[in-house]
Amino acid sequence: MTCDEAEVMLHALIDDELDAGHAHEVETHAAGCARCAAQLASYRDLRQALRGGNLRHTAPASLRRSIDRAVPSPAATDRRTLLKGFALGSLLSAAAAASVTLVVLREDRDQRILSEAISAHLRSLQADHLTDVLSTDQHTVKPWFNGRIDLAPPVIDLAGQGFTLIGGRLDFIDGKPVAVIVYRRRVHVINLFVTQGVGSSLGGPRMETVQGFNIRRWTDQGLNMLAVSDINREELDEFGTKFEEAARAARAT
Amino acid sequence: MAYEGGGDRGKAERFRAAALPYLDDVYTLARYLLRNTADAEDAAQECYLRAFRHFETFRGGPIKPWLLAILRNVCRAEYARRGALTAVVDNLDEAENTSDGLWSEAQSSPETEALQRLNGESMQRLITQLPDAFREALVLREVNDLSYREIADVTGVPVGTVMSRLARARGLLRAAWLAEEKGP
Repeated sequence: MTCDEAEVMLHALIDDELDAGHAHEVETHAAGCARCAAQLASYRDLRQALRGGNLRHTAPASLRRSIDRAVPSPAATDRRTLLKGFALGSLLSAAAAASVTLVVLREDRDQRILSEAISAHLRSLQADHLTDVLSTDQHTVKPWFNGRIDLAPPVIDLAGQGFTLIGGRLDFIDGKPVAVIVYRRRVHVINLFVTQGVGSSLGGPRMETVQGFNIRRWTDQGLNMLAVSDINREELDEFGTKFEEAARAARAT
Repeated sequence: MAYEGGGDRGKAERFRAAALPYLDDVYTLARYLLRNTADAEDAAQECYLRAFRHFETFRGGPIKPWLLAILRNVCRAEYARRGALTAVVDNLDEAENTSDGLWSEAQSSPETEALQRLNGESMQRLITQLPDAFREALVLREVNDLSYREIADVTGVPVGTVMSRLARARGLLRAAWLAEEKGP
């Protein structure tokens, strides 16, 4: 990444708008470039000052009342007021409709990723295709991904924490190949999907429940992590927390 | 139209519950875009009337960007009415592409202190002085708290343009801020 690219991208970084892969690239660049690191620090300060600066205005109570009066149930006078107000309405409604479509699409994409992850999870249980490489040894599972996918997923033995590594496989989400690391908790399977640039970057871990399955998403060193399972929320959250701790510990050694 | 009559009351209630909580957001953006309290009130009122009228076209999802897109259209009509301001809008593309070295100024820790010393009122004034497209992107991001995608939808430009406008807006703001600090 060049300084010119980094100078623009660092804004997306401080706005938490980059996917994990790009965020990692900008951070790596800034770590080796004093000038961009200084820019990054300076704009973080600026942003903090803006956030602390109380830049919002409060609508006057009279305005609130007046809007409230203009939007009530169907009295004839209100109708007239409304129609007068909408002389310029048609241009706008096209623009508004376009923006609504886009917003809906954005929601859809996120939903699609979640639902594809659940489909992949279900397929893995039904079609006897849970693992491509069957091993409880992280040193067997991790190298298996070499050459099969252009990322190196963190494979971590969590047997001591109550989650047994049982293997790994390749799968597809949003049309892209993803690495899947498979764990077992008692009789329950946890599929951990590891992707680069699928879905947007998240701040912290996020828990969701979709179609009765629990999902925990987080980011790790430039990778997007998504764990799906039918174990309960607390246990899945525990799995994610333990995984993150172990990943940090593994990097520290 | 299928819900004419009894449905109107339901619509008004749903609209109130969904849209009125964002009045401060709408009013705030209007203040920054129009730079004038009375015009901002008129624009916010107009925005809500239009939004109510077109509430059927709203298909769920976050309503705040939808309202702000309407407000922005109202404000642009006001710009057109004022006439003089359209020239500023037209010149934006050029302004966006010029590179005048704001990025390359040396960094220092006194700068950080300077940024922290400026009070809210001065910040508001400096933001108000930014060119239209940069001010709009910055306020939508920092004050209305929209995502890049939402800003792109509201302003009708690609996400990449949102990112570069924000970069430029912050560059200009920082420069203005530091100039202020040095004093007249």
